[in-house]
Amino acid sequence: MLYDQIVLRYGDLMVKGRNRNRFEKKMLEQVKQALISYEDITYFKSFGRLFVKLNGHPYEPIADRLKDLFGIVSLSPVISTELDLEKIRLAALTLMQSLPEKPSTFKVSAKRAWKKFPHNSQEMNHLVGSHVLRAMPDLKVNVNKPDVELRVDIQEEATYVFYDVIAGAGGFPFSSNGKAMLLLSGGIDSPVAGWLALRKGLEVEAVHFHSYPFTSEQAKDKVIELAKRLSYFSGEPIKLHLVPFTEIQTTLVQAKSDNLIITLMRRAMLRITEQLAERNKANGIVTGESLGQVASQTLPSMNVIGRAADLPLLKPLIMMDKHEIIRLAERIGTFETSILPYEDCCTLFLPKSPSTNPNLRIVEKIESLIPNYKQLLLDAVEGTEQLLLSPHHQTAVQAAGEDSWF
Amino acid sequence: MLYFDHCASTPPYEEVVQTMIEVMKSVYANPSSLHRAGIQADQLIERSRSVLAERLQTGSGNWIFTSGGTESNNMAIKGIARQYAGRGKHLITTQIEHASVYEAFKQLEDEGYRVTYLPVGETGHVNVEQLEAALTAETILVSVMHVNNEIGTIQPIERIGRLLKRFPTIMFHVDAVQSMGKQPIKLLESGIDLLTGSAHKLGGPRGVGFLYIREGVTLYPLLNGGTQENGYRAGTQNVPAIVASAKALRMSMERMEQRERRISELKRQLIQHINGMPELKLNGAEPSASHIIHFSYPGMKPEVVIHMLEQHGIMASTKSACSSKDDKPSRVLLALGASREHAAGGIRISLGEEHTVQDINALAAALADIVRQLKPLERRLT
Repeated sequence: MLYDQIVLRYGDLMVKGRNRNRFEKKMLEQVKQALISYEDITYFKSFGRLFVKLNGHPYEPIADRLKDLFGIVSLSPVISTELDLEKIRLAALTLMQSLPEKPSTFKVSAKRAWKKFPHNSQEMNHLVGSHVLRAMPDLKVNVNKPDVELRVDIQEEATYVFYDVIAGAGGFPFSSNGKAMLLLSGGIDSPVAGWLALRKGLEVEAVHFHSYPFTSEQAKDKVIELAKRLSYFSGEPIKLHLVPFTEIQTTLVQAKSDNLIITLMRRAMLRITEQLAERNKANGIVTGESLGQVASQTLPSMNVIGRAADLPLLKPLIMMDKHEIIRLAERIGTFETSILPYEDCCTLFLPKSPSTNPNLRIVEKIESLIPNYKQLLLDAVEGTEQLLLSPHHQTAVQAAGEDSWF
Repeated sequence: MLYFDHCASTPPYEEVVQTMIEVMKSVYANPSSLHRAGIQADQLIERSRSVLAERLQTGSGNWIFTSGGTESNNMAIKGIARQYAGRGKHLITTQIEHASVYEAFKQLEDEGYRVTYLPVGETGHVNVEQLEAALTAETILVSVMHVNNEIGTIQPIERIGRLLKRFPTIMFHVDAVQSMGKQPIKLLESGIDLLTGSAHKLGGPRGVGFLYIREGVTLYPLLNGGTQENGYRAGTQNVPAIVASAKALRMSMERMEQRERRISELKRQLIQHINGMPELKLNGAEPSASHIIHFSYPGMKPEVVIHMLEQHGIMASTKSACSSKDDKPSRVLLALGASREHAAGGIRISLGEEHTVQDINALAAALADIVRQLKPLERRLT
């Protein structure tokens, strides 16, 4: 086993000055939770960094998991050695000789953070570099564009030798910035919006509207799958609210204002979500809207729709292009699920020409004429089903049939 | 009865039969139906698929259920040839493939494809350097079996796969009908694009074949109609048999190591017995699968030996069951460089996990008895 530790570097949370301690504590908890299935892993906290001591576990699957956790800017598998020149040289050579692809050039970047070490950074570059060169005569030094930059980080407790720097997901640790509701449709955009919200340290509860029998059971399974995926990133179970929307939707369809139906639906959704937010102590609503993407996402539409809610509406994708959103969806592994062909309630009863510039007064007028509008909203809130989803939650497929059959 | 014909078909696991009965009774809806019963049937197929993906660690790839190994082989080979004909029309396989591969290539030759049939040499193994030399800019498919169904030799598919990783436009198909559930298969590491398996060779029901298709690979479909099996294979799926097949695969893989230890010892003992009979000649060489022992009785029609074994209550095969009714010499043995006389006389013993040392002793005693009876008639019966 080449590497004995993984070092995690914090990003955004370092700027938070006085809150640093709280964030670091949260981060440690989150890392521990993510690695709970690994036995005898230990941790060491130092300034702005966290060391995960592998105790014999291969680093790859652990690094793979940690790179998806929020609050970590980058990570590196490292060899730790005592503060002794010969031992540092040995570690450096071992690492260079075990690289999967043989480099032709390299340089050493030593950093003496612990000033009592007898050789300074410059001297260490030379002392380690020359040792490696003697043992590997085909290798050359290139200080500007080396194939491999071998780093030697001299700290008080140990020296860390490494070269690989793996990008982390960045952001804040989970739930360090409060809680919001996420409108999760099953399409491409809303899971990405959820991921970006989680990355900023928001705890989210997902809200999905279904219109059975106009939508299918599989549309619901799809949303469950997406929420599970989000919970992998947060490292915590995610609550999914499944709102029965059939009554409201069929009522709105009968209001005979085809071009406003989407506007009316979206306003009803926001109102229901706001009530759910209040019951679950959330302070905002996250949506996957992107400016101009569809009729309900023009600025005039968003103006009329947004007025139905008082809570701040957070729209992380608002200025992004579709292809950027798709790229993120692929990166976080929600794209494949999102494009499964099960219709959700947003595409039901879609009019031929939905309004891109709805009139607020007319919309409010129509709503005031709907019999029992408030009661219908309340019924939907009351009828909402809650599921708590974690990555290990069984899917409908995993639960199919009897276990004894398989 | 002593059954030594596991390469042709295996006795199903008791639990597999039980699954088959229960699913057949309770899940009869068409998996393509929209109602709940149909969705439940469909989910059973998907769960079966996930068992395959999990057991063979093929994450993002796609597993298709077919009617058997023959269909999977045809689907893979013709599907690739027709889909990627625009890139070139050269295909590579070996002289010792199963008929369902070999004949598929023969048909493609009629359609204007050029096929290289790699020789195997007298040990019965493909030479990777020879394969490399046969590659051309026109090559679109290499198909090599994992374990030969007649003589049991294990082909170097990992090395071939590593070689082919350098040629991303060449697809690599492996017929693993005789190895799935019996030998470890490193699908991803070996860069395999397509892999064939068959349920009834590993304790499952007849009528279910497996085909792995790596993500990103497209096959020209053989059957047209509905969009079942991701559009690769139209036709209503056989749900009970598919679920039972997934169970059989799981069980056979869980028992793989233990079975291997057991039958490799039985094979060693049987080989000792055969080596003690100078009339019999073992075929093939290591590395070979522990469940297959193949030998010839030069100068004697193999059917005679098979029928005499039968009189002792022992079931064995001449060559591949799929070709055993024609009396031409074995194409596989001829490829090994055997004389026609030698190639005509092949007898295959294939073992399963239920066999014991006593079974092997009974088989050896029967063989000794048969050889003693036939000795005076040698050459008059060929």
